Amino acid sequence: MAITVQIPTALRRHTAGVGSIACTATNLEELFSVLDEKFPELKPHLRDDAGQVRRFLNIYVNEEDIRFLGGPGYAFQEGDEVLLVPSIAGGTS
Amino acid sequence: MSNYDGQPHYELRCRECGRSWGNQPRSICDECFSPLEITYDYDAIRPSISRERIAQRPSNMWRYSELLPLPAGFEPRLPVGFTPLLQAPRLAEQLVRSMNDANSAAQNLYLKNDAVCLPTLSFKDRVVAVALAQAKAFGFDTVACSSTGNLANAVAAHAARLGLKAWIFIPSDLEPAKILGTQVFGANVVRIAGNYDQVNRLCSQIAEERRWGFVNVNLRPYYAEGSKTVGFEIAEQLGWRLPDNVVVPMAGGSLITKIKKAFDELTKLGLVEEKPVKFFGAQATGCSPISTAVKTGSAEIDPQKPATIARSLAIGNPADGHYAIKTIKQSGGWSEDVSDPEVIASIRLLAEAEGVFTETAGGVTVGTAGKLYRQDRILPEETTVLCITGNGLKTTDVLAGVYEAERPIAPKLAEFEKYLQQSLETLGVAKEAATVGA
Repeated sequence: MAITVQIPTALRRHTAGVGSIACTATNLEELFSVLDEKFPELKPHLRDDAGQVRRFLNIYVNEEDIRFLGGPGYAFQEGDEVLLVPSIAGGTS
Repeated sequence: MSNYDGQPHYELRCRECGRSWGNQPRSICDECFSPLEITYDYDAIRPSISRERIAQRPSNMWRYSELLPLPAGFEPRLPVGFTPLLQAPRLAEQLVRSMNDANSAAQNLYLKNDAVCLPTLSFKDRVVAVALAQAKAFGFDTVACSSTGNLANAVAAHAARLGLKAWIFIPSDLEPAKILGTQVFGANVVRIAGNYDQVNRLCSQIAEERRWGFVNVNLRPYYAEGSKTVGFEIAEQLGWRLPDNVVVPMAGGSLITKIKKAFDELTKLGLVEEKPVKFFGAQATGCSPISTAVKTGSAEIDPQKPATIARSLAIGNPADGHYAIKTIKQSGGWSEDVSDPEVIASIRLLAEAEGVFTETAGGVTVGTAGKLYRQDRILPEETTVLCITGNGLKTTDVLAGVYEAERPIAPKLAEFEKYLQQSLETLGVAKEAATVGA
């Protein structure tokens, strides 16, 4: 499926400043593979050592949280717009 | 007060990888994408802070300035905070199960009443006061926020006071009083056809495009520190001691973690004796991602679509949810949630028992506290503080239809005597019915 992906500013230093890319992927796993290949430095910022999506990264498809669409198993539709948005937490020590 | 040898005594640090980021409008670590937290040089602070020095200062949240990330030379323009800590004996009698328990709980239950926090009648005045101090220092001429209402009011008012422009983003279904209470300060209000989580996501995107000080995006680490003053005040108002339990309403989940941080800092600086405090979180059942996680033993948030009258708590994907769960679990506390009818009943209970009119979030807190007493998770002999974070005048819409409109009577004594007689008879019937029902 042809989709577009928006990269947040915080991660653009790992994409040579690229903020948006068009690519083909059927699901999140494939999308991450595409991003890994295109931007190898980005990889550790999207997933942790266990390969899970990082806790503070929210993924939206057409403005809906992917977790409401079935999570990582969601099958991308033609023309989907994927947003990677950092979760803004305050945290505490 | 906020500088030591010309250097700030605080800085941003990544709470996961530990990298220092100095002081700047930023909330995310570029290295690992994790949240940034304000850390302090406690050794530098220690000599300048004591119970006696604090007691000599004005009764507002700025009396704890050493433990807030304030810019050099900061002069407060508003006396925010230092709200009353009230004993709540009549409420205690209603929340516990037996008369014996009631006597004990009556001595030990307190309300931290931020329904009267200045200038906009919610605890959000505290966080905004700190965030906007830094917004000025960072050179922003425009501040902004995503909000479920109380934050909107606070940003708009504080911005007006400081001469800053304000852009406020809210879900379109907010209570009319909260919308009006934002517009009146001259702020630009943008109603978004979506829930808070969608508004928040949009604001994250806008914050990347515009050089605005978003209090809960790029200023969030500074903003969040303002919540600690609730904890500082509770300890000081209890006579410089920590309570056994705190019950805190949870939306994004930040407040509960910051009250814990406040207690930890007071302990670290020797201002209170070390003591275990249990943290209890309160949510509305219609939006309960954090309490659900606590009750199911999960460490992570499963987001929800909010469906509750407690709109100020209607955050389905709470940013600090993970940390709130951790705070609650590590303290030995718990989290509960209450239905919308329970929220309304609890607002009325608090008003009738203690003369405190709270908004829906306070109803959530009081209703949750009742459950925790009945579950024996909170014991009557323990010092317990309920955090009442907002004012009922902002959410009167939820009480629409609860009270009948009184019929007017002629301005004649005889008319009143007749009216009184009828009212007493009606009350008597109602009381009898209630006794039979019990």
